[in-house]
Amino acid sequence: MLTYLSKKTVELLITFFGITLVSFFLINLAPGKPTDVLSDLNPRMTPEIRAIYEKQWGLDKPVHIRYFIWLKNFSKFDFGRSFSSDSRPAWDKIKERLPITILINSISMFFIFLIAVPIGVHSAVKPNSLSDKVTTAGVFVGFAMPVFWLALILQLVLGVWLNILPVSGIKSLNYENLSLFHKFLDSTRHLFLPIFVTVFGSLVGISRYMRSTMQEALSQEYIVTARAKGLPEGKVIYKHALRNAILPIITITGLSVPGLISGSVIFETIFAIPGVGQLLYQAAMARDIHIIMAEVVIVSILTLFGNLLADIGYALADPRIRVK
Amino acid sequence: MYFYRHLCRVYFIFSALFFSVSIPAHTENQTDNPSYGDKIIIGSSAEASNLIPMLSSDGASHEVSGFIFNGLVKYDKDLTLIGDLAKSWDISEDGLIITFHLKKGIKWQDGVEFTADDVLFGYKTIIDEKTLSAYKEDYFQVKKAEVLDKYTFRVTYDKPYAPALASWGSLVILPRHILEKEDINKTGFSRKPIGTGPFKFKEWIPGQKVMLEANENYFEGRPYLDGVVIRIIPDPATTFLELKTKGLDWIGLSPLQYQKQTETEFFRKNYKKFRYPSFTYTYLGFNLKHPWFCDKRIRQAIAFALDKEEIVKGVLLGMGSVSTGPYVPDTWPYNPNVKKYEYNPQKAKELLKEAGWQDTDGDGILEKNGKKFEFTILTNMGNTVRIKTATIIQYRLREIGIKVNIRQLEWSAFINWFIDKKRFEAVILGWSIGLDPDQYDIWHSTKIKDKELNFVSFKNSEVDELLEKGRRTFDIEKRKQAYFRIQEILAEELPYIFLYVPDSLPIVSSRFEGIKPAPIGIGYNIEKWYVPRRMQKYTIAK
Repeated sequence: MLTYLSKKTVELLITFFGITLVSFFLINLAPGKPTDVLSDLNPRMTPEIRAIYEKQWGLDKPVHIRYFIWLKNFSKFDFGRSFSSDSRPAWDKIKERLPITILINSISMFFIFLIAVPIGVHSAVKPNSLSDKVTTAGVFVGFAMPVFWLALILQLVLGVWLNILPVSGIKSLNYENLSLFHKFLDSTRHLFLPIFVTVFGSLVGISRYMRSTMQEALSQEYIVTARAKGLPEGKVIYKHALRNAILPIITITGLSVPGLISGSVIFETIFAIPGVGQLLYQAAMARDIHIIMAEVVIVSILTLFGNLLADIGYALADPRIRVK
Repeated sequence: MYFYRHLCRVYFIFSALFFSVSIPAHTENQTDNPSYGDKIIIGSSAEASNLIPMLSSDGASHEVSGFIFNGLVKYDKDLTLIGDLAKSWDISEDGLIITFHLKKGIKWQDGVEFTADDVLFGYKTIIDEKTLSAYKEDYFQVKKAEVLDKYTFRVTYDKPYAPALASWGSLVILPRHILEKEDINKTGFSRKPIGTGPFKFKEWIPGQKVMLEANENYFEGRPYLDGVVIRIIPDPATTFLELKTKGLDWIGLSPLQYQKQTETEFFRKNYKKFRYPSFTYTYLGFNLKHPWFCDKRIRQAIAFALDKEEIVKGVLLGMGSVSTGPYVPDTWPYNPNVKKYEYNPQKAKELLKEAGWQDTDGDGILEKNGKKFEFTILTNMGNTVRIKTATIIQYRLREIGIKVNIRQLEWSAFINWFIDKKRFEAVILGWSIGLDPDQYDIWHSTKIKDKELNFVSFKNSEVDELLEKGRRTFDIEKRKQAYFRIQEILAEELPYIFLYVPDSLPIVSSRFEGIKPAPIGIGYNIEKWYVPRRMQKYTIAK
């Protein structure tokens, strides 16, 4: 097991190194420099001033040298400073935005599980029943509906017409003056729509996957055995079938981490939520290399870590992998 | 986000919100005496980045720092320069020396007195090699800057430089006592500034809002409002929905929102709308190095083939005006009597024929030497107004036998690969116009190098001379003459076809009184805005 783990870890490190290398060069292949936001079509930017900027930021050096500088700083956990005019450390900018993105995504993930798993199980147990068809249609509608459209419609109906939920933001203006309970209520009201939109759009993956693994599990011989020895149907489904069927789902969850941050871009922009998705989008448009690289690093670490966990999980569950 | 990527100077970034000629859409009813209290919630699509004016080049940052900082001079509501922190100034006979006399007793918001040393400190900071400021150029022109006494500051130039006076605005006023020992590029002051202005910085919640509160000791008197909150909402549709729930007090509307979506009982009751020309214009620019477009007759023919009124109606729903030159109508440098090209397709065809273009094979497209008249208009992706404009141009030019293709490009690719490399036939772009009429960088024939702004390669020795003349005198009449003549030449030569000046369309909650629209816009006197006591909304304990 130990050799297996260390082998995996070395693999991951190499992959990680590769990701940073490819990302860095790809970003630099895109037309434009981080300083363009300032200098493009700006009469105040004479060639001399532009040269000062590029020198200060080290942009006058060739790209492979800059990559090594970046790597050197990164080894000291320094992501560099943002190229936007605040020139704050990239990590500071991400750090203050990370909690809200993680919060919304983990709550969403929780609800996706809570709703999608029963839907999947139910569909598998009663395939082609009316309720199977209705829920299947429902989750596909959620999948097919563009997130931004659904969000705007809900904002209009619940926020403007009925006026029962706030349209955007994460806190009311008078948040500081509220009691603890009302603070909680206020946050819940603000987070309801973003979470609803995320959950509704993501039910399909897990529920459909659940349906098929569950169906497979139900057709196994041990289910026949369970039923034959006279166990109640509930116990057969939830104790015997579900336990086996849900394992692959947990693996998928590990792999869906990067999707969380990229999916955040849309709803964070529409609902004016100050998270990392919004930051990534702005950084990409402004060619803010240090921010982009920092986010790439975080997402790839999360993904690779998810992979590693999935591998370990499999290794624990299936001895054949360890032996190999 | 990249709706208007233009020229930016600090004092005209504001144009969309703050400065411009105003025509009130509502008359005011002043029934109450001004009362103190309440806050204004302003919607902003972008977050500020750096509140030190000289370090930021984005409109969002200047919008916030504009509340906090003052300059030695500022533009008054009728677009003339007046003293702000300076009581007065003298310009020497030869135009080389400007001496500012500062107002006495002005305090920084931390209580320390503001003096000429602060101005000198600001100046030294901006010209410092290490300071990452995009505005250095104006200050590199200064030969000598000196503090004569606590309240007198003098600058000497090599050559008279008319835009110099305006450059002593809020860009270079920094509190020396706070920043002297700090690294300006990394200081925390950029997110927690202290100025001399009507509002003090209170709190900045990243990604959500910036909160400012009234400066009790403001030298022009405490503002009536208790505070200003700038809320960051990136999505324009969400911004409008927030307005509908009265979550915002002041935003800029799109033409569609102005004309249709706000024409309801609810909006009439709760908001006031304003409308005035913005300090921007949109143009169709030609690559004058191109073998077809170097011929003036071709450019004029295209001008005759376009109906600018139609474009204003079609893409701006009438919320703008036709443009005839690079200045905003009804401002002092604007020359109303230049050659105009009324819609006349017949004339266009004649000019093209004169230039040798004829439809010989009867397919409706003109030919010359076996080549069809077909070209591509480039514009930046995501700017729907410009794309609609291009589409109308495409239709009108097809009528006189010119085939136009439209291509949209991502901003950076557009600028780096096409504009800078001069690889284009025609472009649709826009400029923000400074309150100073100097446009040397855009029209002078030496400004055609890589990354410079005369990317259409316009070359006219008379314009070169006039540009030089215009920036070397402080005499407004002489400057006016120069810029009037430049506009005549531009209208004749047509390096650009000037299309339209869009209107600024702000909407403000009707509970605010004291808004006095002026040529510069509505925001210039925000410290005099107030809400009658009975209508105050945000009155929670301080």
